[in-house]
Amino acid sequence: MPVEAPPGDAPVGEMESEGASEVVTPGLERQAERAKARQGFLLGLPTIIYLFIFFIIPLGFVVAYSFATRTRSGRTELRDFNLDAYARLGDDIIMTVAWRSLWMSVVTTIICLILAYPLAYFISTRTPAVRNMMLVGVMIPFWSNFLIRTYAWRVLLDSDGLVTQAFEAIGLGDGRILFTSNAVILGLVYGYLPFMVLPLYAAIERIDWSLVEGARDLYASGWAAFRRVVWPLSRPGVIAGSMLVFVPSFGAYVTPAILGGNKEGLLGSYIVLQFLSARNGPVGSAVSVVVLAVMLISTLIYFRSGGKNL
Amino acid sequence: MGKWMRMFAILGILGIVAAGCGGDDEEAAGGFKQCEAGETDGDLAFFNWSEYMDPDLITAFQDEFGVTVTEDFYPSNEEMFAKIAPGGTGFDLIVPSDYMISILIEEELIQPVQAAAVPNRANIAEKFSDPPFDPGNTYTSPYQWGTTGIGIDLGVTGTDIPHSWSLLFDADVAEQYGLDGRISLLDDPRETMGAALKYLGYSLNSTSADELAEAEAVIADAVSRVAAFDSDQYSELVVAGETIVGHGYSGNFLWDFEEGESEYTYFVPDEGGTVWVDGMAVLAEAPHPCTAFAFTNFLLDAQNGAQLTNYNWYASPNGAAEEFIDQEVLDNPIIYPTAEAMKRLEFIEDTGEFEIEYTDALTRARG
Repeated sequence: MPVEAPPGDAPVGEMESEGASEVVTPGLERQAERAKARQGFLLGLPTIIYLFIFFIIPLGFVVAYSFATRTRSGRTELRDFNLDAYARLGDDIIMTVAWRSLWMSVVTTIICLILAYPLAYFISTRTPAVRNMMLVGVMIPFWSNFLIRTYAWRVLLDSDGLVTQAFEAIGLGDGRILFTSNAVILGLVYGYLPFMVLPLYAAIERIDWSLVEGARDLYASGWAAFRRVVWPLSRPGVIAGSMLVFVPSFGAYVTPAILGGNKEGLLGSYIVLQFLSARNGPVGSAVSVVVLAVMLISTLIYFRSGGKNL
Repeated sequence: MGKWMRMFAILGILGIVAAGCGGDDEEAAGGFKQCEAGETDGDLAFFNWSEYMDPDLITAFQDEFGVTVTEDFYPSNEEMFAKIAPGGTGFDLIVPSDYMISILIEEELIQPVQAAAVPNRANIAEKFSDPPFDPGNTYTSPYQWGTTGIGIDLGVTGTDIPHSWSLLFDADVAEQYGLDGRISLLDDPRETMGAALKYLGYSLNSTSADELAEAEAVIADAVSRVAAFDSDQYSELVVAGETIVGHGYSGNFLWDFEEGESEYTYFVPDEGGTVWVDGMAVLAEAPHPCTAFAFTNFLLDAQNGAQLTNYNWYASPNGAAEEFIDQEVLDNPIIYPTAEAMKRLEFIEDTGEFEIEYTDALTRARG
């Protein structure tokens, strides 16, 4: 997960605006600049076409569907555009699911942060060789498919599972965890932890440790040095990691379906349910649009609050 | 930079997309492609229920006809319908149940069977030759039939249990047998709402909003005791000891009970339950209809039909297959219910415009 874009990777849009800027330049220079801009556009063209066909058009469909009419047989027809689906968003059931998604993803994010921060701190203070090995270690889970790993948790968490037995052995509650919201949170934390570790590592690794030294020279305690120096400097990583964990857990589908028993769904499962089982395209689309909006707003907050410094 | 260039690119893309969409209409005018017996026209894309097909039969078909069969799975009729209805899936053959067959015919999503290409339809037993959901089997050829009921681990509950849907829905019964959090229900609107309707003593084809609301309340009350809504793994969950009682289909339970170490049983509750017939249907837009009919014919062969029943332990609608079916299967009242038991069973019927109320009710109930 690349957190910091290398300078050569500047988005096409920026190059374009560079070329389009109305600076009065002599003819030749101007031509050269235009050629450069065109080059940038052509290089980006495959990606632009890809995004247009597989992202913009489908997104347009989702938005259009959310205003469409659902026939009595459950078909979605693009006519008589209306706000019925959005009126349904206030329904008790959707509010319940939305709140559940929100608190589950917030809890997941907090747990990930608590687990990942010390780890990232530890990794980034090792020698480069050890560091790289540990980073590979963090990424090893990605070598196998997420679905398979989630099913593996099902085996670990069931009544005879290792985790359940271990919990019982140390007297931490009895009975299984599988098919409860704890199982879902556990699955989410497991799945998204690397997304928290990597940006935190990137942020902490870049900290200039002489600043910490300076703080200690000025009689700051270890805790104060952390609170006043390390923590503020690592904040971009905290924000980036939290975004990367919060956004996908908010729309999670696979984990609640497999570990939560397909009931008490999160918004992701609710959307799938609307499309595949309830055959209610407009409501499914309206919920998707709202989820998109929430994620967009979170991303904007992230950029506003120093994400730019990453 | 040049605006014209951007415009040009966008127009070009729109053109490509429009051309791609337009291509679909080609065949609509000319009716369906005609096939001969044994003719194949490419690889088969088969969309079937999970755990419903003997892999050896697929291998045998591939070897005999020199085509590849790709099988994909769905857990409920509604999900299958939602996936094929928008079109463009590339599937050739599907296996919908009775009421869904009526809906698919009405929505013109499946094409009539070309009887000449499926000579083995002569093997279909008489009582399956003229079903109410598809008179004269015009659009479908029956695949298998079975019942929906309750599978239970008697090793946990003891043998003295009520043969009733209350095992799934009643709080006191759950308390008495320790079923709290150990129940699974099908993730299927008609089956699950239908079970609740039967529990309340109503028809599972009720079109009364009040009766359905009562059934919805039953499910909503049960959700806190339910471990999972599951249409794929309900029998595995019982055998693994993860659940004690499950709502599901006869054959799958029997199949997995063989593996288990406890004592299990399956029954249709005394209040009554579902009997169903699944049929093989070729999609109207199937890219390879001839291979699909050839495969239909292959499965309707007497020996192949018997092999399918001996494998999945669902009853065969293939009359000629009977002599090849294992005696132990034919004698099993769970697979072939007695005439008396059949009286308590009901087919799910297409309720027309009320259909969507079932899906909405289940969606609301599970919260």
